[in-house]
Amino acid sequence: MINLKINGRPVQVEEGTTVLQAASKIGIEIPTFCNDPRLKPDGACRICTVEVEGKINLPTACTTPAEEGMSIWTESPSVVEARKEILNLLLSKHPMDCLTCSKSGTCTLQDLCYKYEIKEPAYTAPTTVQPIDESNPFYYSDPNKCISCGKCVRVCNELQNTDAISMVERGASTKVSPPFGMSLEESECVSCGNCVSICPVGALMPKSKEKFRYWETKATQTTCSYCGVGCQLELLTKDNKIVDVKPAMGKSNEGLLCVKGKFAFNFVGHPDRLTKPLVRKNGKLEESTWEEALDIVANKVKEVKAENGPNAIAAFSSARALTEDNYMMNKFMRAAIGTNNIDHCARL
Amino acid sequence: MTNSITEFKDAEAIFITGSNTTENHPVIGAQVRQAIRKGAKLIVADPREIPLAKDADVFLKIKPGTSVALHNAMLNVILEEGLEDKEYIANVTEDFEAVAETVKKYTPEYSAAICGVDAEDIRKAARIYGGAGVATILYCMGITQHVNGTETVMTLNNLVMATGNLGKKGGGLNPLRGQNNVQGACDMGALNVFFPGYQLVTNPDAVAKFEKAWGAKLSDQPGYTMTQAIPAAHHGDVKMLYIMGENPMVSDPDTAHVKESLEKAFLVVQDLFLTETAELADVVFPAAAFAEKDGTFTNSDRTVQRVRKAVEAPGEAKADWEIFVELMNRVGYEASYNNAEEIFEEIRTVTPQYAGLTYARIEKGGIPWPCPTEDHPGTPILHIGKPARGKGLFKAVEWVESSELSSEEYPLVMTTGRILYQYHTTTMTDRTEGINKVAPGHYVEINPALAAAKGIADGDTVKVTSRRGSITTQARVSDIVGENVVFIPFHWASGANVLTNADELDPLCKIPGLKVTGVKVEKLA
Repeated sequence: MINLKINGRPVQVEEGTTVLQAASKIGIEIPTFCNDPRLKPDGACRICTVEVEGKINLPTACTTPAEEGMSIWTESPSVVEARKEILNLLLSKHPMDCLTCSKSGTCTLQDLCYKYEIKEPAYTAPTTVQPIDESNPFYYSDPNKCISCGKCVRVCNELQNTDAISMVERGASTKVSPPFGMSLEESECVSCGNCVSICPVGALMPKSKEKFRYWETKATQTTCSYCGVGCQLELLTKDNKIVDVKPAMGKSNEGLLCVKGKFAFNFVGHPDRLTKPLVRKNGKLEESTWEEALDIVANKVKEVKAENGPNAIAAFSSARALTEDNYMMNKFMRAAIGTNNIDHCARL
Repeated sequence: MTNSITEFKDAEAIFITGSNTTENHPVIGAQVRQAIRKGAKLIVADPREIPLAKDADVFLKIKPGTSVALHNAMLNVILEEGLEDKEYIANVTEDFEAVAETVKKYTPEYSAAICGVDAEDIRKAARIYGGAGVATILYCMGITQHVNGTETVMTLNNLVMATGNLGKKGGGLNPLRGQNNVQGACDMGALNVFFPGYQLVTNPDAVAKFEKAWGAKLSDQPGYTMTQAIPAAHHGDVKMLYIMGENPMVSDPDTAHVKESLEKAFLVVQDLFLTETAELADVVFPAAAFAEKDGTFTNSDRTVQRVRKAVEAPGEAKADWEIFVELMNRVGYEASYNNAEEIFEEIRTVTPQYAGLTYARIEKGGIPWPCPTEDHPGTPILHIGKPARGKGLFKAVEWVESSELSSEEYPLVMTTGRILYQYHTTTMTDRTEGINKVAPGHYVEINPALAAAKGIADGDTVKVTSRRGSITTQARVSDIVGENVVFIPFHWASGANVLTNADELDPLCKIPGLKVTGVKVEKLA
């Protein structure tokens, strides 16, 4: 075990632990843009820079291994000065449109400028406005807002393993893009949205149908309703509508989702949803009341059972419904009606 | 699944067959690629050159319906080269000798001719799977949706047991469940022969147990499977059909026959939307969607996880269970539940695998069953030490050609599947604009050689015909499929399942052979 001090507080960690992890262990938060515990540390954004007593430079906490006897300061004057400089450089080519930016309220750049009291950029970089890539039907990429932290590229390459995007060009022109100037639509991208979910700024954003601010939403963690992986996700809702979906760190998905789980949630509040029972009258399905529709079905059950026996009734349960729903259909068929004619689409 | 999803990342060798993993279980697909980048070897066997074929150390582009021959040949090589786990076979299995005898005939050369692959590739695959310290198998409907689907699974199981890969971390035999709660539905007895917890309806003890728990006289006769109930409605033996959250007009074989059958019965449909099936109903109940109710789903690796209400259901839509409570009381069976948790508490009392689970225990994260008591941590890996039945049973299986392929009139093999952007019968996915932009409708993949012979160009409108009927669709000319194979995604109405066969079922589990249909393809002027 290794013993070190962070902001004067002792902490003991295993060999191979980074300074960032050691700080997190005792509840000291060091800001990051490019860090993600699932990814190899990269040190690209440098905002997690810290002071190590006895060293001249300010190393990045995410790539610096904890060493015996180290004394680390995470908010010392020199650290704060360095972070302000990094933020100023990032802001020098970042649009100052927080008032209308959809990311506002959940943007790490905005949060850190607030924390370090940077109201406006100290420099203005000579940049040209770059076109937004809107070719993907589910999300867009706005290179003007990109801070080149590279987290999206690493998620695409290390976790999703689609390798659709990389950092292209150099210096101030560095941006995230598919190879050879392809649009996202033309690229290998499978629209999983895992890059969108981890982008710390407003560079990769879902194409939302609703207007909402993140602080207006409520998050509910649940299980995805598509395939059997059982991904955990958070439904962000506003005014009884799902407005966005974020991956959660579930056991089987480890923070990843696919295009369906991330983007195909429109069916939930869709105007075509059935809202009333329907009953066939004169050959046509017409809106009815629960009383009437339930009575028709219950009477039909009694009639068929009396005339043809319970085995003349069969039911298909649903692999999409709750376990509790399935149990209740079983009980209805087997106990209330008296037949084992119940199955579902496991075979189809 | 015998093992848990997180273990794939740590496997030394992965054999994927009949599963287009990156499209149908995309997050598992990503994890398989993580494993490969950490050094795992990958074997893929599939009639289509699926995306993972490019990542594979060995890709076997087998003819549809020939998996038994492939698996037998892999076992042949494993035994021939002494890669089997002799100790495991001797200690905890039975009937191995019969299998060893059967697979003698299936030399790589013999099966290569059946499967349409290179014999050397079969050897390579067998050496990778048999030679790994621990190897896992992932499979899906490409293995099971055949008239010999059950037997095909048994031949995979022979491979797993012969190499001692059962009950090991990172190993096992893992069918990937295609739907969010297909596992939970099975667990709850949405299968014609089982009460909840896989307790057979033909077992008098189970009947007595449930009669006591449910306070009703129960039948001890197996019921109809879906694939039997639809013909029974056609014959008139089934007079009333109640369908919850299923769309057999799109998902079941031989659409014309399904339609005639549903029209003959009194049909009740409970769903989110007026599906192709609901349009034929006599009564339609509006149901609440997953985001509108509390409860649980059980995923592919048996993990029971919470589903939580985020929004109100539209209009008068109700949770499915609420509708059953109403109906039970109306047919004279008293029932009263205030919420899903009360139902779950009852489930625990009759389902041994769920006995130790509570909503409180799974609040922070799911737990895999079996979980017999409240202090039991759950069971990520089944059959540790020895198979649950005591001795793992080997099954000798011979390869038989599907009768679908016997006709000169329908010389091509059509196989079906899902694609990344749509889900099952599109009821949920096609409400998202972007999805319909990327995947608007069905098409048929045709090999360039076949296309050239028929004068078909990419994008042409073609007619595909089987013994059941014909459909018009767009040609996608691609060597993703072999020369005599065509592929049609089954998501859309008036598509693949107009052509598939509902008459011949797997004799053991009654699954239809959806993955092998004899067809012909013509260019439409």
